[in-house]
Amino acid sequence: MTIIQQVLFVITLGIAGFFVFKRASSIRRNILLGKDAEFNDQKGKRWGTMFRVAFGQQKMFDRPFVGFMHFLIYAGFLLINIEMLEIILDGILGTHRLFVPVLGDVYPFLINFFECAAIGVVLACVVFLLRRNVARIKRFHKDEMKGWPTSDANIILVWEIVLMFFLYTMNATDYLLQEAGDAHYPVVGSFAISQYLVPLYSGLSPEALVMVERSAWWVHIIGILGFAVYITYSKHLHIALAFPNTYFSRLEPRGKMKNMESVTNEVKIMMGAPAEDSGEEVGTFGAKDVKDLQWNQIMSAYSCTECGRCTSECPANLTGKKLSPRKVMMDIRDRAEEVGKNIDQHGADHDDGKSLYGDYISKEELMACTSCNACADACPINIDPLSIILDMRRYVAMEEASTPASWNAMFQNVENSQAPWAFPAADRFKWAEEISNSVDSQQ
Amino acid sequence: MSENIKIPTMAEMAAEGKEPEILFWVGCAGSFDDRYKRVTVSFIKILNKVGINFAVLGPEESCTGDPARRAGNEFLFQMQAMTNIEVLNAYNVKKIVTACPHCFNTLKNEYPELGGEYEVLHHSEYLQQLINAGKVKVQDGGEFKGKKITFHDSCYLGRANDVYEAPRDVLKALDADLVEMKKCKTKGLCCGAGGAQMFKEPEPGNKDINIERTEQALDTGAKIVAAGCPFCMTMLSDGIKNKEKEKEVKVLDLAEMLAQQL
Repeated sequence: MTIIQQVLFVITLGIAGFFVFKRASSIRRNILLGKDAEFNDQKGKRWGTMFRVAFGQQKMFDRPFVGFMHFLIYAGFLLINIEMLEIILDGILGTHRLFVPVLGDVYPFLINFFECAAIGVVLACVVFLLRRNVARIKRFHKDEMKGWPTSDANIILVWEIVLMFFLYTMNATDYLLQEAGDAHYPVVGSFAISQYLVPLYSGLSPEALVMVERSAWWVHIIGILGFAVYITYSKHLHIALAFPNTYFSRLEPRGKMKNMESVTNEVKIMMGAPAEDSGEEVGTFGAKDVKDLQWNQIMSAYSCTECGRCTSECPANLTGKKLSPRKVMMDIRDRAEEVGKNIDQHGADHDDGKSLYGDYISKEELMACTSCNACADACPINIDPLSIILDMRRYVAMEEASTPASWNAMFQNVENSQAPWAFPAADRFKWAEEISNSVDSQQ
Repeated sequence: MSENIKIPTMAEMAAEGKEPEILFWVGCAGSFDDRYKRVTVSFIKILNKVGINFAVLGPEESCTGDPARRAGNEFLFQMQAMTNIEVLNAYNVKKIVTACPHCFNTLKNEYPELGGEYEVLHHSEYLQQLINAGKVKVQDGGEFKGKKITFHDSCYLGRANDVYEAPRDVLKALDADLVEMKKCKTKGLCCGAGGAQMFKEPEPGNKDINIERTEQALDTGAKIVAAGCPFCMTMLSDGIKNKEKEKEVKVLDLAEMLAQQL
């Protein structure tokens, strides 16, 4: 009997592994649709940022209550993964609680600890479900959250609760089987939380108990493997990508806009200075589609958890304008997925006639940004929506030449009178005269 | 008093073979905007009073290119930047102080890549240094003593460059009663003018950003809203006018407040 289960388990593991690998490769391919960018600088600072922001959850605690709830899920997830190692090894080897002889007295302590962590997970998931579905928190009900993004969030939360329930069922029936003296179940005693479920199953025969225990075990592990596949389609991918995303986060002052080397060269030529031939082909100025973004910008879209802290801090969004930094990130992900699908179905050169700008993100959204950096500051995993908005504005200005008329007037003023307002350049120092005059007249 | 007001230009200094300690970058608003010219004058008065060896570029100054770059026109930005850098480098400028956070950010963060490396300070940082060094002394019982004042963080000073304390230190030196708005420091709300919004109408929404921010400022009950940015000053002044509170609530720049108390 166990050998059949072992074979089935290895096959299940293989299937899940295959799907996760396939999805991961396609996500990687989609991310690399973006332009090259290197991040070999300041490695220490990068690791430090990752440790603090992703591993240490620093920015989550900007909102302390939610930060704490999220920490419960996060810590529970990390800890329960240690137990997953045993579960997987047991599945392959046909053993049960493989680590009991190795860990001795520490073993029941660990399992009790995991059970307590799991209760934290359940608690936080319930609170989050209530926040999303009962408390009507504004940012969870913006336009971009209609449909799939909202169900995605609920599916994840319910799934996690169900997984924890099966973990407890497993442990409760396990205890009864220990009591019944089943040789396969090492005696480790009852557990901190699942002991309360024991009465539910105490009337069952040993055979039925084994059935329940095995079923719970299988549902739990298949649930986790299924979850691993599911998250590659879900915003829940942040559990993996938050780490690289924070590693690759910008370390320069937020106010600094990325310099465009290709433009520097042309401006140097215009100004009569010797230009350096970068050998680089000048592609599109600014970003129209995902391929015009840097790869790390696309990766950050896949890392986005759609929590909406960016949007809830965005001054444009707060005052009813169409711009939502969260939607910008969601659009990039959707478009990258669409381009990826096109490549799978029609080959790499297929052009579907669509683009991120226009079909997903409108000019009105882009024009509403005040570049205030509130979105970038609010993101718990250092996503920088502003850099993308500004790259897309560069496309609007330099490729499409369709900036608003008053901006064109401002450009002209800067060009002709060296100020954004139409004052004659010759009057620039007039203020000095004015003071002297006014001071003289006061005497 | 007129003999006390000195506004040397870099060209004059160079002609005499001298180099000033700092270049005061006046900025377009500081040069042309009637309201912000008063800030320029206040800062000049402080520099004169303390006897700082400074100069301005005068007619040789030009827009840093910030609004063009934020509006997407990288060509125009870089042309402005390279022209300015040529002038600055020709005068061997080392240290720049400016009262405009947009100029400050661009000169400090964006010019180095194009060959312009300077030590750049916002005037709030420079004033803080002067106060700390004991060079600027506020007379006792100044008119701001104990007055309820709220400071509006400019995005390009605060979030963009992490300058939060310097302007507050200046207000503390005035012995003012500093009250914070609902959104301040890293969570500060934009005045609505950054990212070249100053130069076009806002997109349709249910409210203008400066009105939202003005409401937050008025909610503190402060009679003075302190600002450190020409755009913020315009947006908040307009917001206060919109609320018909301009008689009771004033928007003042840090330099103006300090200059009055010397």
